[in-house]
Amino acid sequence: MNGYNFAYLDEQTKRMIRRALLKAVAIPGHQIPFGSREMPLPYGWGTGGIQVTAAVLGPQDVLKVIDQGADDTTNAVSIRRFFARTAGIATTTHTSDATIIQTRHRIPEQGLREGQILVYQVPMPEPLAKLEPSRAETTRMHGLAEYGLMHVKLYEDITRYGHVSISYDYPVMVAERYLMSPSPIPAYDNPKLHRNPALQLFGAGREKRLYAIPPYTAVRSLDFDDHPFRTTRAPQHCDLCGDDASYLDEVVTDNQGGRMFVCSDTDHCESRRAKQEQPA
Amino acid sequence: MTDDRMLSASGLNLRFGTVPALVDVAAELWPGEVLAIVGESGSGKTTLLNVLSGHMAPQSGQVLYRAPDGTEADVHAMSAPMLRALHRSDWGFVHQNPRDALRMGVSAGGNVGERLMAQGSRHYGDIREAAIAWLAEVEIDADRVDDLPRTFSGGMLQRLQIARTLVTHPRLVFMDEPTGGLDVSVQARLLDLIRGLVARLGIAVVLVTHDLAVARLLAHRVMVMQRGEVVETGLTDQVLDDPQHPYTQLLVASVLAA
Amino acid sequence: MAYVAVKGGERAIDAAHAWLATERRGDPAVPQIELNQIREQLGRAIDRVMAEGSLYDRDLAALAIKQAQGDLIEAAFLLRAFRTTLPRFASSTPLDTAAMRISRRISAVFKDMPGGQVLGPTYDYTHRLLDFTLAAGIEPSPALREAAETVRAPRIHDILGQEGLIEPDAPSDAEPFDITREPLAFPAARDARLQSLARGDEGFLLAMGYSTQRGWGGTHPFVGEIRMGATAVEITPPELGFPIEIGEITLTECQMVNQFKGSRTVPPQFTRGYGLVFGHADRRAMSMALVDRALRAGELGEEATAPAQIPEFVISHCDNIEATGFVEHLKLPHYVDFQSELETIRRMRRDAANASQDCDVQEAAE
Repeated sequence: MNGYNFAYLDEQTKRMIRRALLKAVAIPGHQIPFGSREMPLPYGWGTGGIQVTAAVLGPQDVLKVIDQGADDTTNAVSIRRFFARTAGIATTTHTSDATIIQTRHRIPEQGLREGQILVYQVPMPEPLAKLEPSRAETTRMHGLAEYGLMHVKLYEDITRYGHVSISYDYPVMVAERYLMSPSPIPAYDNPKLHRNPALQLFGAGREKRLYAIPPYTAVRSLDFDDHPFRTTRAPQHCDLCGDDASYLDEVVTDNQGGRMFVCSDTDHCESRRAKQEQPA
Repeated sequence: MTDDRMLSASGLNLRFGTVPALVDVAAELWPGEVLAIVGESGSGKTTLLNVLSGHMAPQSGQVLYRAPDGTEADVHAMSAPMLRALHRSDWGFVHQNPRDALRMGVSAGGNVGERLMAQGSRHYGDIREAAIAWLAEVEIDADRVDDLPRTFSGGMLQRLQIARTLVTHPRLVFMDEPTGGLDVSVQARLLDLIRGLVARLGIAVVLVTHDLAVARLLAHRVMVMQRGEVVETGLTDQVLDDPQHPYTQLLVASVLAA
Repeated sequence: MAYVAVKGGERAIDAAHAWLATERRGDPAVPQIELNQIREQLGRAIDRVMAEGSLYDRDLAALAIKQAQGDLIEAAFLLRAFRTTLPRFASSTPLDTAAMRISRRISAVFKDMPGGQVLGPTYDYTHRLLDFTLAAGIEPSPALREAAETVRAPRIHDILGQEGLIEPDAPSDAEPFDITREPLAFPAARDARLQSLARGDEGFLLAMGYSTQRGWGGTHPFVGEIRMGATAVEITPPELGFPIEIGEITLTECQMVNQFKGSRTVPPQFTRGYGLVFGHADRRAMSMALVDRALRAGELGEEATAPAQIPEFVISHCDNIEATGFVEHLKLPHYVDFQSELETIRRMRRDAANASQDCDVQEAAE
């Protein structure tokens, strides 16, 4: 790509984003406004995650990009190619080999380690947006730690359904101060946010906000003492590798209601199968 | 003599253009006392309520609030977070139109429980029990706890608002025409309820009303306002039975004529 | 059926791009459109793409239109992405539209005024009948234009201002907000709002402006003036210390004159709505001016409840690049979240079925 800087963004812009990221890390879970740039990919398709990755990426980094847990979904392919072209860095599909993982809607099944960075693509950074459309008002609510509106929503769910009905983008309290949207990861992935050894960065390009969870930070999914947070996954096991604990994709196999279930995390599934195929 | 007034305001002035809303107004409130501010529309009574509760700033004068621990604070010098915290705990505000204060898309239980949740209550069962208990206090059937306020009558909505306000045991409640717009029989029942709750819980109330009968029923003291000025103040029965100021006399006479 | 993991995302993308390229080309027997044809003969499309792309470059706009196969929002997106990469070497001094070389200048508030009413190359009075001479490629006769080129005219708002009839435009030396560098927060000041409107989607601005005329936040507008023409762009290089002209751009400016209700300290004055856009674009400039004035409702002490009067609503949704990105992102895979929803709804249905079964059992037992 002629005429473009390493990882596309100019150094001033990267510096601006890194300054915002430092603020984000200093105030876990708090949304920091940043001067989001127009990127060659559309808003809503990962421009926030891409800007965060571009700002922290170095020539020695190894990048993994996943969407829905898979390395080969079209948008993950598109983003990985973007960085390969503009930065020339090494890319990988193996979670354990990556130094930076950019993700949409999943946290890898494999536990992360210190030194890794997980960059989340965030469509709507404001956890209260569905309850209060005015950003001016939600900013005030965060500043005053007034989260009654969200608690009321959970109370109403329990009243109406007997349990909380939120199944993804489940709101969390970070360091017991800020209410945060973890991005549309399934509620099943929420426990992985808590005290994760990796640095977790969140980028929302269109809404122009970023936020962060520093390593080993307490992250609690909202619940009631007598209705504790619980996760949801398809109760089956993976038809390819047999795992009954990983998050599964439901695949429609025929027109008679036939189904099979496979791990959403393709690297996790392939690694398990590779181990299974090795002679004992 | 120690000053244990809960609220004391002095020298309040406020104009909207050329219209005087408050002219050198003073007011005071003791713990557990009900003070009614009466007057016709344009008298400045609602403006005074808004200034006392910190919702509107006066152009001069001050409002001081004494907290339970004895410390005194200037209501209009407080930070916004502090004022909001005050309104969520020690203070309450009952609006004339309950729809302004209730979440119409949230169940009655959710409405009552919200302040508890905002203060950190995290047990669903306990919150619901507290909500049901308070609904009983305001004479709403327990089996309405999961209903949406949309299905409630005007009187029920107002009672729900009161429950929502009192659930955190505030010491001071501001009320803006709490029975306005309700049928006479509904008003009577509501006034009885308010009188009982306020007396039993020892709540201090600043109550704005144009209706002298409401003042007589609920208030220990009354302030009469006309065009931004306090023209008369004193014990309710004394002021209403033996009005001194011509305007007060006019007000009282109009009630009798009706 | 043996399950084959979905692979080949890369191959699919490459194939899609190849097909797109041939679709864009169309019938190879037909000559390719050239950029200078687009630039010269589709000027209004060029103007729109430059305005929404927020970049004044007619050649680049032509390329973007060709690359986007005529999809003007896609073309504007291309310009925006390109704009991001451009270094800035200067900011211009404020443009002096009073000194514009006028091609078109009309006013609805006065029958005549210095500079006169100059129609310019307008569609206003054409009859909307398809013209088949264009299909036949017949060349137009030369137009009489010389006199119009030399018109210079004082702005209507300045004329009204002489009598103090219109609110003054407070000049300021402050640095304007830059929405491309800083994230917008609400309440947003007028400079930030105008910048957003200037690059906003024409259809959205039109609809919002239209809504104010139909009672949703009316501002009682009159067109004080619309002027279109070449305007000089000047910068003051630090080495020189005085302004030099670096070129001209075509602009359309609309000044609306709106009614005000008077004030307690200032005698009643007309208020302003302002629109300024690249190229020849009456519709956009007028819509922008209507919406600008509507968004000032709060600051002017008016009830601000109609959609066009709510800054957070209008400004958050006027950028069609953001809008189309987010709307179209729904096409991306969302099956992981949908899986969670499926499990949730299946469980709720099971619970409901069990609950009614329990009732049946209980009834049967009674």
